[in-house]
Amino acid sequence: MVNGLTLNNFLILGLAVFLLGAYCVLTRRNAIGILMGIELMLNAANINYIAFSFFGGGGAKYDGQVFAIFVIMLAAAEAVVGLAIILAIYQNLRTIDVDAAETLSG
Amino acid sequence: MRMVFALFAALIVSSAGVTAFSRNIVHSAFALLGAFAGVAGIYVLLAADFVAMVQIFVYIGGILVLTIFAVMLTQGLTGVNVSNRAVGRIPALATTLIVGAVMLYAILKTPWYEVKAHSPAPTTYGIGNAFLGAYVLPFELASIVLLAALIGAIVISRQESRE
Repeated sequence: MVNGLTLNNFLILGLAVFLLGAYCVLTRRNAIGILMGIELMLNAANINYIAFSFFGGGGAKYDGQVFAIFVIMLAAAEAVVGLAIILAIYQNLRTIDVDAAETLSG
Repeated sequence: MRMVFALFAALIVSSAGVTAFSRNIVHSAFALLGAFAGVAGIYVLLAADFVAMVQIFVYIGGILVLTIFAVMLTQGLTGVNVSNRAVGRIPALATTLIVGAVMLYAILKTPWYEVKAHSPAPTTYGIGNAFLGAYVLPFELASIVLLAALIGAIVISRQESRE
């Protein structure tokens, strides 16, 4: 514990952000809104990684931070490809409502 | 320290709340700024200075700007409210609350192993060594993934030209 802050404080903060992101993903029909919810959930995971890295200590001092950087990198790649797909859908269908993008289903 | 944490936590949760609950997608996109910046503050609080900088550069400078671009490109400033109404908010809320309750129970019940926190020190040296030492293979794979994402995004989003 650092100055009255325990690991649980950060885990519960991460949980709150994750739940808000999950709610965002579940309720949006707007594809960009869904992507925003995913970014929130990834941020929640990163908060947990950094918190465990800080409070875990031991020999693996930087592992959590390295994992967080990998998560950020994958989030960037995911956002780029996801937004490109959304723009392609918009060019074809003139909407980004995910319910409308069902022309692939037979 | 508690005050700083409470400040950042309030910023993150309120911004994420606006992102999740706002009916206007532009408001959601701009509220993400507060969430990402608050998370960067939490990283600084947890002595992860390099990750905080990466968070600001990649998330705020990259992903957020890209998201706002996409919002502007797809709907224009006039039709921002289109199709942003919830599908089944009650089931979504119930699912979220159940999952949250299970996770909260797990967090509170687990006897977490906590060492005495180390004093904040520069982390760049250690992270650099980890990237080029134990994590060199994931590091190289990450660069391939980024290259593939770059090429894939270009291929997907360019205009098809058929002769």
